[in-house]
Amino acid sequence: MTDILSNGHHRAIRTPLDALAFDEDAPLLEVRDLQVEFHTRDGLAHAVNGVSFVLEAGETLGILGESGCGKSVTAQAIMGILDTPPAKIAGGEVRYRGVDLLSLDESVRRHVRANRIAMIFQDALSALNPVFTVGWQLGEPARKHSGASRADARRRAVELLDMVGIPAAKERVSDYPHQFSGGMRQRVMIAMALALEPDVIIADEPTTALDVTVQAQVMDLLAGLQKELQLGLVLITHDMGVVADVADKICVMYAGGAVEQANVYDIYEKPAHPYTKALLESIPRIDQKGQDLTVIKGLPPVLTDRPPGCSFNPRCQYARGNCAHDEPPLYDVPGGRKSACHYWEEVLGS
Amino acid sequence: MGRYVARRLIQFIPVILGTLFLLHMLSTLTIQIVGDPVRALFGPNAPPQAIIEELQARYNLDDPCLEQTGNPCVGLFVDRIGQYASGDFGVNFRGRSVMEMFLERFPVTARLTVIALAFEIVVGITAGVLAGLKKDKLIDNLVRFTTVVLIAFPVFVFGSLALLLVGLKIGLPLRNSDWAPEWLGQMLNVGYDPDYPWLSLVLPGIVLGAFSLAAIARLTRTSLIENLRSDYVRTARAKGLGARDIVGVHTLRNSLIPVITYIGIDIGFLLGGSLVTEGIFNIPGVGQLVFLAIQANDAPVIIGVVTILTVVFLVSNLVVDILYAALDPRIRYD
Repeated sequence: MTDILSNGHHRAIRTPLDALAFDEDAPLLEVRDLQVEFHTRDGLAHAVNGVSFVLEAGETLGILGESGCGKSVTAQAIMGILDTPPAKIAGGEVRYRGVDLLSLDESVRRHVRANRIAMIFQDALSALNPVFTVGWQLGEPARKHSGASRADARRRAVELLDMVGIPAAKERVSDYPHQFSGGMRQRVMIAMALALEPDVIIADEPTTALDVTVQAQVMDLLAGLQKELQLGLVLITHDMGVVADVADKICVMYAGGAVEQANVYDIYEKPAHPYTKALLESIPRIDQKGQDLTVIKGLPPVLTDRPPGCSFNPRCQYARGNCAHDEPPLYDVPGGRKSACHYWEEVLGS
Repeated sequence: MGRYVARRLIQFIPVILGTLFLLHMLSTLTIQIVGDPVRALFGPNAPPQAIIEELQARYNLDDPCLEQTGNPCVGLFVDRIGQYASGDFGVNFRGRSVMEMFLERFPVTARLTVIALAFEIVVGITAGVLAGLKKDKLIDNLVRFTTVVLIAFPVFVFGSLALLLVGLKIGLPLRNSDWAPEWLGQMLNVGYDPDYPWLSLVLPGIVLGAFSLAAIARLTRTSLIENLRSDYVRTARAKGLGARDIVGVHTLRNSLIPVITYIGIDIGFLLGGSLVTEGIFNIPGVGQLVFLAIQANDAPVIIGVVTILTVVFLVSNLVVDILYAALDPRIRYD
């Protein structure tokens, strides 16, 4: 593996990154009170409303939530690939090794992408360019960021394909994305994210478009590479099973906000937020075969018309009078956990 | 890619034979229903039977099947294909080879096509890309407005206006002046000048390409906007590429696929000559040849030239199909 890392961060070519004062003692990735708004026809939508978390090297953070809760927008805001407008980063910080990425000029920031923070997307068929060979696309970061020659970039592409377990990498490197199966294509996506050995990988629903057996293989590969390369992995998913397997800690999002943060054992053992609890209860169980599935009643709020107070209160079985007007802060819960529920003690105890 | 080209070439054989057979059927049916063009040539005068028979023999009109309405005249078709293969597309009523007449005029039309194409591709794609990148901004509105005007105006209005305003009002004083360079005056000429085979075709070429320019700008704009929103462009951004690579490499190539299709059809049309533009600017091109032949009721010329143009159209479409596959690998493997 080490020879693959040969053109690591200390390459000869100077990039705008060299001018940045990265603090190797600072957390690998730290997001503080991130706010993203969308200007829509129906008004202002707070897609991400004060999300904070810390990720260290070798750690996997699962961001869990249903569709539209702001997980992907969070990921894209960290990457800096949101379309602005309509999106607008209204506040907060995204710090990589101490440097606030949001304050960087785009000409500098684009070098952070791929070099330091890379992203894996959901649907590899549409996320790969259909008119270029896989090898060309895999070699592109090396050519554009490290000044590799075409031949070197191609060799690098073969290495990367080997690394993600694609058989006959030498031949397949000149195939086009549509010639790969879904699982193999997702492996190509992973390989592409690893091209410049970033420290942080953000995987946005990396297995959602795959069938279950392939999902497991791809997740195993991703988890294996994460351990081997000591990556900081942000895993965004709505699949509680996937996070339970690989994440060290979990951040549960609801309607644009982080409602609970805890390590993976605590959260599955004893959730401290009614939403997390309801999510766990809605996982179908084999011993309840034949019974109705447990569901969370109601719908998540429309982001342009968020209810006052706690945004989960209309659907919450613990809700009291003050939930409808007092917005809960993130309370500290014993064991280094956090919960945005006024009655977390009651939820934890039940 | 090689296999794709080979398959395309093999598919081309039935296409061209089928098209030629349809043309043959049309002309045969016309003769069977309307009557012998040789007789029509003499109008009310009845020439001696010997002359008629000699002419009929010369133009392959003596086959008895031509008197049986509905008979496909397969034998005649086979003879024709043999003649076409050897480059013989018949002779006109004065005995001149149709192929020769065509080749005399084709270079003019080809030059006109090159100018029109260069104009519509360069200006059309540039305008489309600018409009697509600056969607809803001033430049986009400008491009959209201009293209609507170009598409809405009939070419004879646009051509006549260009002739009068540019060719006469601006071009004529330039050509008569001592100070203006010769090439500038010729570029804005009112008609074709054999001494300036390229320059004097610039204005007609712009008129001829105007409509397609608008269509290409529109297609490029829409396609670019659509592709800029695509997932693979988001991936390209996540790879930390600069704007030049994101647009120029990852977006443009995909966006040009529908544009190439359009250009391919357009090449075929342009090479067929334009009756209106060649008429307005009095250009001795293929369009004029067909027009004169129709006026003179010269059936062999009409049939011969239309046949050649059909072949030209089919071949240019074949070339574009192959180009299309070079741009989009998904095409090659179906």
